[in-house]
Amino acid sequence: MTLWKLKISSLFNRLQSQADLLLISILRILATITGAIVLFIVFFLILEAIPVLQDEGIVPFFTDSSWNPAEGLYNLTPMLLGTLFVTLGSVLIATPLGILSAVFCQYYAPAKIAYFYRRLIELLAGIPSVVYGFWGLVVLVPLINSINPPGTSLLAGIIILTIMILPTIALIADASFAKIPEEYLIGAASLGLSQWGTIVGVVFPAAKSGLFTGVILETGRAIGETMAVLMVCGNVVQIPRSIFDPMRALTANIALEMAYALGNHRSALFVSGLGLMGMIIILVVASEIINEQ
Amino acid sequence: MHKKQSFAFSLVSLLCLGLLSCSQAGSNTELKKLTITGSTTVAPLANEIAKRFESENANVRVDVQTGGSSRGLYDAEQGLADIGMVSRALKQEEKPNVLTFVIAQDGIGIIVNKDNDIKALSDEQIVKIYTGEIENWKAVGGKAAPITVVNKAEGHSTLELFLKYFKLKNAQVKPDVVIKDNQQGIKTVAGNKDAIGYVSIGTAEYSIANGVAIKLLPVGGVEASTKTVGDGSFPLFRPLNLVTNTSPSPLTQQFIDFAQSKEVHDLVEAQNFVPIQ
Amino acid sequence: MNQQQKTNNKKQTTNNKQLITTSLVWSVPLIITAIFFWILGDIIWHGIGQISWEFLTTATKDAGRSGGIAPIIVSTVLILAVCLTVSIPLGVGTAILLAEFTREENWFGRLVRRSLDVLAGVPSIVFGLFGNALFVRILGFKYSILSGGLTLACMVLPILIRSAEEGLRAVPNDYRFGAACLGICRTSTLWHLLLPAAVPGLLVGLVLGVGRAIAETAALLFTSGYVDHLPTSLLDSGRSLSIHIFDLSMNISGGDPNAYGSALVLIMLLLIINGMAAWITHRWLENRILYR
Repeated sequence: MTLWKLKISSLFNRLQSQADLLLISILRILATITGAIVLFIVFFLILEAIPVLQDEGIVPFFTDSSWNPAEGLYNLTPMLLGTLFVTLGSVLIATPLGILSAVFCQYYAPAKIAYFYRRLIELLAGIPSVVYGFWGLVVLVPLINSINPPGTSLLAGIIILTIMILPTIALIADASFAKIPEEYLIGAASLGLSQWGTIVGVVFPAAKSGLFTGVILETGRAIGETMAVLMVCGNVVQIPRSIFDPMRALTANIALEMAYALGNHRSALFVSGLGLMGMIIILVVASEIINEQ
Repeated sequence: MHKKQSFAFSLVSLLCLGLLSCSQAGSNTELKKLTITGSTTVAPLANEIAKRFESENANVRVDVQTGGSSRGLYDAEQGLADIGMVSRALKQEEKPNVLTFVIAQDGIGIIVNKDNDIKALSDEQIVKIYTGEIENWKAVGGKAAPITVVNKAEGHSTLELFLKYFKLKNAQVKPDVVIKDNQQGIKTVAGNKDAIGYVSIGTAEYSIANGVAIKLLPVGGVEASTKTVGDGSFPLFRPLNLVTNTSPSPLTQQFIDFAQSKEVHDLVEAQNFVPIQ
Repeated sequence: MNQQQKTNNKKQTTNNKQLITTSLVWSVPLIITAIFFWILGDIIWHGIGQISWEFLTTATKDAGRSGGIAPIIVSTVLILAVCLTVSIPLGVGTAILLAEFTREENWFGRLVRRSLDVLAGVPSIVFGLFGNALFVRILGFKYSILSGGLTLACMVLPILIRSAEEGLRAVPNDYRFGAACLGICRTSTLWHLLLPAAVPGLLVGLVLGVGRAIAETAALLFTSGYVDHLPTSLLDSGRSLSIHIFDLSMNISGGDPNAYGSALVLIMLLLIINGMAAWITHRWLENRILYR
């Protein structure tokens, strides 16, 4: 009798573990597919970039006198720097704003206001970049133009991007604050820490990994933004000497010329794409290093 | 309860949509399809012509995709599309591989902000402004303000035509703003009192008629308008072409004949282009 | 006496500090809300006049200057549907594997995670080029709603996975130990305990993902195409709302009013999706609790 019972239970266990095994293998297949997408992308970029790299090599992309693909000049440096500046500027402004906005949502706002504010941020995340660009072109650029012409500038790009990436960091910071265990906060309160002291001393360290994710994601979004940057930055290929100078980002470069480009020109734009991928990979590696420390 | 109902309703309507799309896919198997790709300038016009063509010919569906003149040419040549749209005259080396059909004409006009005092610029002055030799409106008789030079991105037919007419190389141009499509140029100039740019004349006329703060300057002493483009006196103009590979199908030929006929002149004018005679 | 004063001073500075931080924390959302209403107000002001039953239910006319946007709404919804049908199972599956069945130092998990980090940063325009090469050309889907939806699915995956993973990790380990002690297999632990608890995280990801997908222009221009007919199947090309807005505002003179109208419709669509997601979660959680 007992033996019979044992047998049944072991059979049951086996069935269970088989279900688990099946689940895990399905999950593994799914994860392999998602993991491979990025390899596919890099593969296609390289495939399309090969012709110009064979003809010109890699050096001219940094040393040519200018970017004039029609005349065989392919200097990408100003656009690399342009993307870098506009990204750096917007991330530096958006990160503190986004985190403070999440702090507001979690710890300062009454529940009702927090609810509506969250919906508002979510909506802000969903406004198409074209609309932001449109608003930037019609409202922001003339405003900057009245201060220091021509208006389409690095500054306009930074402001628009800040507004665009803010929801990303705000929502992610909000979510990571929300999952901090209640005991931490109670503990901090019983130690007599002020609200702000609790936030800086307890909440921020506890939510560090979430905040970090948010920063990485917003940086990625800033680097990759195309349409809005194209509409407000002026797209002149040059290294901006002040925030009022126009500049061109790598993404805008692809969007501006892709549709019309043929041959080596088209190929050179895929090199732009590879440059963007390189920046993203550097970003990920850097975040990895910081995370390990 | 109420919420439940509204959710059920939205689910049902989504389902209906899915069924609708499936059933239609099943019944329309004999549909004949034409694909047109190419110039963003020609696309809206081609799309309108396509719709009228569809309404007059049952069981025909015409898909219009954009991508630029070069792609239109490439796709038509390779047979990836039935028809390509090209918004410039074809170069000598491009001509042997395709058949070209002009469906409309378009001029390119110099625009400045409405508040700009300048009435006209000579070709030489325009060249100097675009090469950065003249950097202030004062030097051409305007008020003292730095000029914002608006240029088109490399690869656009408008840019090629502009450079060719003023005998410039793009590397010589010192722009302050580089733009993609006509509307971006118009919006940039409308929003900046000291800007100068060049766009399709029809588009500019339409915008001016609708109160956008820009104005057209004459080129080479000829007033810029669809009328002067139409009578051939305006110097900066281009044909809008449809191209096919050397052996178009009967349906393709039928569409092109339709696009060149008088029946579509109102559509050409509605898109601010000049019909062919 | 001196001691007393010191304490008072300290209290004073603490109070001052509190005042400063509180006003700082309140001012940020105020600024954000103000900018939001500025942008949204601009769209509503110009767009509300365009919206009518006719605008929503008729086809485009005169290159989009007049007429409605019915075919474009249908295309947009279909593209989103394809995107979510593909990305939710893929994304949630990967997230479960990473959060529940993979140790932190496992090479496979690390590899997938790194690759996702990179994917999250890939610019939309590069997705467009990729989708054009793979789905449109190599797999032969041509310019179609299917190609567009699949491209968007690749694009929203990282956001979806990140949030789902965070959500799963936020579930206290007690749940897992408890379930293990009761001899419940991991599959049912996952289904009955972990997933319900991770729903809020998932939802954030979904909302962010849908937001990104619905607003996308660059990736769709090269994949789903420009055709403004009512699609008859998923293999037809269909113009999305965002491309319609882009075309109207950048390529069609006199297209601005309808561009504003379409932008308003797009935002309302997003509002409906957000609302539905919140409501469904609410119901789901309720049911789970009753069931337990």
